[in-house]
Formats: sequence, C-alpha cells, structure tokens
Amino acid sequence: MSATASTRTRPLWRTLAIHLALIVTCLVTLYPVLWVVKLAVSPAEQMSASANPLPDLQAIDACAAASPHSAWPRLSCALRHFAEVTTTTTSQGTWLFGRQLLNSLVVSTVSTLIGLVLAVTAAYALSRFRFPGKQLGMQSLLVTQMFPGTLMLVSLYAILERLRLLDTLTGLVLVYATTSLPFCVWMLKGYFDTIPRELEEAATMDGASSLQTFVRVVLPLARPALAVTALFSFLNAWNEYILAATLLNDEASFTLPVALKRYMGEYTVEWGKFGAGALIVSVPVMALFFALQKHLVGGLTAGGVKG
Amino acid sequence: MLVAFSGPAFAADERPAPLRLWHAYRGGEEEALEQSARLFTQQTGIEVQLLGVPYDAFSSKLQSAIPHGVGPDVFIFNHERLRSFRQMGIVAGTDDFITPGDYLPNALAALRLEGRTWGYPLSLKNLALYVNRDLVPKAPRTTQEWEQQLTRLSNGKDRFGLAYESGDFYLHAPFLFGFGGALFDPDTGRAQFDTGPMARSLAFVKGLQDRHYIPSEASGALVKSLFNDGKAAMVISGPWFAGEIDTMRIRYAVAPLPVVSETGLPMRPFLGVEAAYVSPNSKQPEQAQALARFLSVGDAALLRVKLGRQIPANVAAYETEQVRGDPLVASFRETAQHAMPMPNTLEMSRVWEPMKLALRGVLQGGVSPGEAGLLAERRYRALNRERPPDASPWPWIAGGVLLVVGAVVWAVRRPRPKQSFQKRYPDTVRALAYLAPAAAGILVLVVVPLAIGIGLSVFHYEGGQYTFVGSANFVDIVASRGYRITEPLSFYFTLAVTVLWATVNVSLHVSIGLALALLLKDPLLRFRGVYRVLLIVPWAVPNYITAMMWKGMFHRQFGAVNALLDALGIEPVSWFTHWSTAFAANVATNTWLGFPFMMVVALGALQSIPHDLYEAAEVDGASKWTQFRRITLPLLRPALLPAVILGTVWTFNMFNVIYIVSGGEPGGATDILVSDAYRWAFERNQQYGFAAAYSVLIFLVLLGYSAFTRRLTRASEEVYA
Repeated sequence: MSATASTRTRPLWRTLAIHLALIVTCLVTLYPVLWVVKLAVSPAEQMSASANPLPDLQAIDACAAASPHSAWPRLSCALRHFAEVTTTTTSQGTWLFGRQLLNSLVVSTVSTLIGLVLAVTAAYALSRFRFPGKQLGMQSLLVTQMFPGTLMLVSLYAILERLRLLDTLTGLVLVYATTSLPFCVWMLKGYFDTIPRELEEAATMDGASSLQTFVRVVLPLARPALAVTALFSFLNAWNEYILAATLLNDEASFTLPVALKRYMGEYTVEWGKFGAGALIVSVPVMALFFALQKHLVGGLTAGGVKG
Repeated sequence: MLVAFSGPAFAADERPAPLRLWHAYRGGEEEALEQSARLFTQQTGIEVQLLGVPYDAFSSKLQSAIPHGVGPDVFIFNHERLRSFRQMGIVAGTDDFITPGDYLPNALAALRLEGRTWGYPLSLKNLALYVNRDLVPKAPRTTQEWEQQLTRLSNGKDRFGLAYESGDFYLHAPFLFGFGGALFDPDTGRAQFDTGPMARSLAFVKGLQDRHYIPSEASGALVKSLFNDGKAAMVISGPWFAGEIDTMRIRYAVAPLPVVSETGLPMRPFLGVEAAYVSPNSKQPEQAQALARFLSVGDAALLRVKLGRQIPANVAAYETEQVRGDPLVASFRETAQHAMPMPNTLEMSRVWEPMKLALRGVLQGGVSPGEAGLLAERRYRALNRERPPDASPWPWIAGGVLLVVGAVVWAVRRPRPKQSFQKRYPDTVRALAYLAPAAAGILVLVVVPLAIGIGLSVFHYEGGQYTFVGSANFVDIVASRGYRITEPLSFYFTLAVTVLWATVNVSLHVSIGLALALLLKDPLLRFRGVYRVLLIVPWAVPNYITAMMWKGMFHRQFGAVNALLDALGIEPVSWFTHWSTAFAANVATNTWLGFPFMMVVALGALQSIPHDLYEAAEVDGASKWTQFRRITLPLLRPALLPAVILGTVWTFNMFNVIYIVSGGEPGGATDILVSDAYRWAFERNQQYGFAAAYSVLIFLVLLGYSAFTRRLTRASEEVYA
C-alpha cells in the first residue's frame, strides 16, 4: 500500500514534529475542559486564580480532614458538587434530577427520530424528484436559518398555546424536530446526491416500488449521513436552553440545561455546582460523539454538506 | 395581539386545585419559601406547587404565560418592574385583602401605583457596609475617616480596604446621592446625567481605584473571595451577601454607609422591595391572595429571616425575640431607613444602560469624570426613541393587494412552456407525498413565527400596545437617527463589526481545521484516533457552557488566561475594557468551539481524494507544495465551500458567545447584529417593533450573502463537477 510506503519513508523528525503539533493543540483544546473539571471537584464554591488546570488536591485534603467520619473522605469531598446536583428533589420529595435527566433523554431522542424521518423523506424528494419550486424550496430552507431565533420566541409561544401544546414535552419535541429540520434536510440531500442513481434504476428494473427502492437501497447506503444528522439533531435538542426555559412551566418537566442554568443566580453563581452540572450535561453527548465519530468523517464526506 | 382564551375544565369535586407559585430563589431563600408553602398547605388544605425559574428567563416567562392563562397564581419579583407588569396587565390589585399596618411604610409605598396597592411586600434589599471586625474595629462614619482607614488597609497590590462591584450603577448610586446628586430633574421628571454631583461622585470612586483601595472590575465572586480571605476589609453589598461569608474565618458586622464629608449627606442606597404578586388571571383569586398574604407575614416572615437571611417587611416580625436578637437584620433595618425607594417608573428603567456606560468608561480610564455625564446623556437619548407618528395601514394594504394581483397576472400571462407540466415535472405527486410531513412542520413552527416576526417590524410597541407606524422603524435604523454612524449603536457600525467577526472566525476555523486535518490525514499515524477524539471535544460541549467557561477564563483576577500571562511574566490584561481585547476574547472562544467542525469536514474530504493523483504528481516531479495547491485545495473546495457558507451563517448569528463572553463590552462596541437586536427587544424598553425591523435587515443582509454564495457554489460545481 502506498500509504505504508510513505509512512516508512517519512523521516523520524517529521513524525515527531507532527505528534508535537498535535499534542500541543490537544492541550490547548483540553485546557478549558480541565478547568471546568477543576471547578467541579474543588470543594469550595468559588473560583481561584491559578493557571494550573489540575484539581487542587490540597483543598480536597483540607476538606477531607474536616470531615473524618466519611468512609471515603477525599472522594466524597471531590464529588460533593456532583452529589448535590444529582440528588435534588422537589418539595414533594420526588427525585427531580432523575426526572429531568429522563426528560432530556426522551425529548432529545424522540425529536431526533421524528426530525430524521421527516428530513430523510424531504431530502430524498429534493435530491431525486423533479417538481416545481424545488430550487426555491432549497434556498428558503437555508434562509430560515438566517432569521435570528430569539425573536421568534414570542410568536412560537402563542402558536403552541393555541395548539394546546404549551408546557408539554410533546410541544418541545415538535419545536426541536422542526427547527433542526432545515439543516438536516440540507445535509442529507447533499449526501443522497452522491449516491449513484444507477443503483435505484437497477432496483426499479427488478420491480421494486419507489418506496421499496428508497427504504431498501438508498437508506442503507446513507447510513453514515443518517448517523451524523441524528447526532446533530440530538445535540441541538440536548443543549437547547432558552426555548425550554420559556415553554415549560413545571420543574418536573424541565430539561437539564434549564436546571443547570438555575445555578447562575441573580446575585451569585454557584460555580462548583455549575461545573458539576456542566460535566453531567456534556458527558452523554461526548459518549455519543465517541460512538459515532467514525461516521462523523464518512457522513460529512465530499458531498456531505453539498448544497 | 390576540389573547387566546383557554379555560381548563374545572374538577368536578370540591377539592381546590393547587396554587402555582413562581420564584427565582436559590439556596436558603428557596428553602424558606418551600417551608412557608408547606405551612400554608397544613393550615388551609390547599396545595402549593412551587416553580423555581432561572432568573434570566423569569420576566419573559411571566410576560408570555400570564396573559395566556397558563402562568402562576402568585409570583415573587422585585418592585422595580411593577410599572411594566401593570402595563402588561399581569398583576392584580391587593387593596381589598391587605392590611397596610402590617408592613413598613416605605416598603408598602414601593408597591403603590395609580393610587392602589399591587402586591404584598416580603423583604427589603438595600446596600450597607460589611466590615471585617478584626481589621476594622470601628466602622467609618464619614468618607474622611473612611479614606484614612482605606490607606491603612490597602497595600497597593493584593490587599484592599474596600471591595464592591464598582462597575454596576446600583452600587454607585449611594455615592451619587451622597454627593448631593439627583437622578431625575425635579421639574420634568426626566433622567439627568450631566451634573456636578455626578462628576464629583465619579471622580471620588475613580480616586479610590487609582489609589488601589478598591479592586478594579470586581465581580461578585471576587468580592466574596477577597472578603473571605481577609484581603478586603470592607464590602458594600446587600443582605444576600451575609450567606456568602465564611463565618468560620471571618467575624463581621454590618454598618450604614458613611456620610460624605464634602456635603454632609449620607450615602443613600436604593431600597428594593421584594413582593408577592397575584396574577389577575388566577382561577382562584381569593386563595391566591390568601397565599400571597400568608407569605408576607407571621411564620413565613420569620422563616424568611431564619433560613433565607432576608430582611422582612413585616412590622410584627421585628417584635419577636428571634429577630431582635439578630444583628444582621437589626443593622439592615437601620440602614433601610435611610435608603431611597427605587422609583418603579419607566424613567428609572432607562437609566441603567447609559449609567453603566459612563461608569465603566470612567473606571476603565477612557472617559474623564467630567465628560461621563455627557456620554450617558447621549446614550440615553439614542436609546429612548421617540414614538414614531402613527401611519395609515391603507397604502401598505393597497401595495400588498397590488403585488398579489401583479403576481397572478404575471403567472397567467407567462408564455406557456412547450412541454406539458406533466412532462417537465413527472414526479410532482410523489414528491408531494415525501415532502408533506416536513413541509407541514416547517410551515407551522418555522414559517408562521417568522412571518409574525416580520409583520411586527411595521409596528411600534409601547406600554402593552402595538401601533402601526409603517416604515418608520426602518427609516430610523437606516438613517441612523440619534447617533452618528461611527457609534456602536448605529446599524452600520454593528454591521461592520459583524462582518469582521464572521470573516475572522471563519478564516480561523478553516485554516486551523484544515491544518489539523492535514496532520491527521495519514491513516497509519499512531494515536490518530485518540487525537481525533480529543480534538472534537469542543464540538460536544454545549455552546452556552463553552461561553460561560471562557467568560470565567478571561476574568481579570481569577481567569486562567491572566494567570498564564502572569506565569510568563506578562502584565494581566483587563480583557473587556478595550474593543480589541474584548473582540479577541470573543474570537478565541468562538474559534475554540468552531474549528472541530471544519476539521471533520476537511478530514472527510481529504480521505475521498484518490491517492493515485498524488502518485501521478510524484512521478511528474511535483513538489509537496505544488501538490497541495494543485490537487488538495481544488478537490477540497466543493466540500469546504458549503461548510464555509453554513459556518458563516452560524457565526453571523452566534448570539451566545457575544452575549455571554463580552456582553457587548465596552459600551456595546463588540455587539453583533443579533445580540443588538436582542437588546432592542428585551433590554431597551421592549422595543419589539424596532427589534423586528432590525431582524428583518439582518435577514436581508444574509439573503444577499446567500445569493452571492449561490453563484459561488454554482461556479465551483461547473468547474469541478
């Protein structure tokens, strides 16, 4: 293989230089993240001025010394904020954090599924069929991404109210699924364009219906793009804050970002809890990234985001 | 706007429905409220559903929910917003239920408007002087004494005599009043800025900062940690600060703010009153009134003191053993007597932004105390647009009708294409079936809100009412009325900043992303997977978290960036005082969160370039650089171009980073178009119409951009497809 050859012939200093460059970039990239980890595991609520992004072990030791009765004093000190964040309950005693985590998971998953089904069919039509207004449709999809979203809040609220979907997770799911649609359609349409039509023509020759061709031939081929699009939708829903905060009126139906935002109060910021909450919100998404990162490259290939 | 009527069916049985109570409390204050609500349920049998709302979403949530009948029965808010709540019709009068004698007179006065009372005062919030008793045995009575103490207690480096959030006008107001200033013209009631006392009070504070008696750019977190570390001997803050003090380490006392020696006047802080309001749309008005009243008196007031460390407005509370023996409450009660009830007028709400600008300008050194008043005055005039004259909607309606008729005529008279419709578009029916679900969703939840948003742009919103003003909003923006086009408020200035912002960011995203992709291209590189996973981490972090994270990193005193600079022997930079550094901080944040996307796109595209092209080039003796220029770049172009276009649109509308990291500082100069539009809508007297017009212009700019890029993509498809 030629790639092997080129690696073998590459001088050692170049390999080292590449690794050095990558290591430095990784360090710069991870620095802010480590900083949040530090906030989360420091027993104190406040920030401290230090360039060192690693947790302050002395502070943890000091905290551990102050609470000798605990079985694992260091660990319980370091995880204090996590415990505080995850064990919140309502005044009735229901486990609020668990409920909110479930809300976030359900809303993100369902809106991803709905969004994907809608986007896949629409993108396929835009990629394969000839019909009037196609160009206009594609352009206006892009255009909807351009209107500043915060200003749609007032009218969105009124519409959901009219549909009796206010303060329900269903309403939130529908809003998330549709607001991420334009982007998903764009991405998938680009990917479908790169799949050769010959395959479908062959299937049609064999007597498959249009729908069968789509489901049996095109969709399996588009798997990487589907994975990436699903990831985007999921992220979009998982991370959204302002719509959820406005449209939901019940603590038990809040999603995690809204709960997290409450640690930034009017007068004070609970930095420790914020750090712990931020990690809890980010970790599932990162896990998903891990799982899908192979597809991430494939799904965004040459035609992946082509218009 | 139409107010929809929605009445949920009443339960058939007689048990009352639970009352909904909304608040933005945290910690002890929240706990006190929860316990009081439980007491109420015990005594009356009526359930109370509490909802803690994030503070920054609270007000907009109330405004949207209550008129639609889905809001709370009772909610807790500061009295400053009372007038706007009243205008929106979201508070009910309480005169029939309240006993005026239950409350401190100035607290009750704060809730009076139009000769009626609107709510039940819960607690008082005002500023006082916290002193560390080990460092300051006797609190200063006059500013002269104060300055002497400050000289002794500051060391010019990391010890300060005093710490407070000096960039916030709420904390500066006592200085202004102490120097004899009045915020409002006594004759006209209009806000005034360019006065002698204003200049003297600003000069005084600037003097404290120049002598390093107070830290510059102090945030709440800094003030707290300085005081708890014994590095700040005194703090100006409110009752909420008591809960932040580490009483294991610090013995403290609370004293009134000193008297200004020059004028002999006390430094009077603003008095804020927290109140329980009743919604006029409550289904159970009497029970709601009972709950609100219950929260303001008796045991609830005592719980408030005990758990929430709040200063009750209830007179009877001060008679109890518990409150009498509480030094914090007693001292705040005393300081509250001198406090000046914050006016709940519209004019008051207009003061903040101009004053913030002037105050920060002086403290950061760009503006002299004498000029600051004029600066604030100018900003005030620019922000408070006079209401445009009403316009007649008929020409617009006629224009619309004409447009529709024209379109129909054009469609009918258009020359028929040679082929039949069926021939040209054979798949229309099938396409429709595939498209319908997505189209329906987009229509209802994207297009309709968008159309409403656009429609608002020809209206003016004031005091809960929309009036038709035609193109006045657009004319004001485009003609830059009220400010020069080189000022941060002008559309053109903001547009220039936005274009620069998008260009710089996207170039950085692409170049960093591409460079990393080239490094990672080789499939046999060791640890390639690890590097790739680590490098896409920023993409996985929610962007509002990223923004808050970086805001903390650029903090003047605590930020990791300044700590790093310090370790390298470079003077710490105060990032948000100059346009260039504030802009750089925004760019750094956005670059961090945006490069992984471009990296992944470029990586995918690189892998799809056939390897034989390079081999052929190698045979022909082309250098690596030539290969990059002649093979890699041209073949990347079709993949990168759409990513760049999309990235540009995202960056153009990247609200979170700007709003959270620099917050538009200094003086709105780093705001981009979207964040400015948001401010016009939600932070500058709710000029919804103006903000909508602003959004329409943003939209047009992007539309122009997309027309331009369509040409680009088409050109690239023709060349490389």
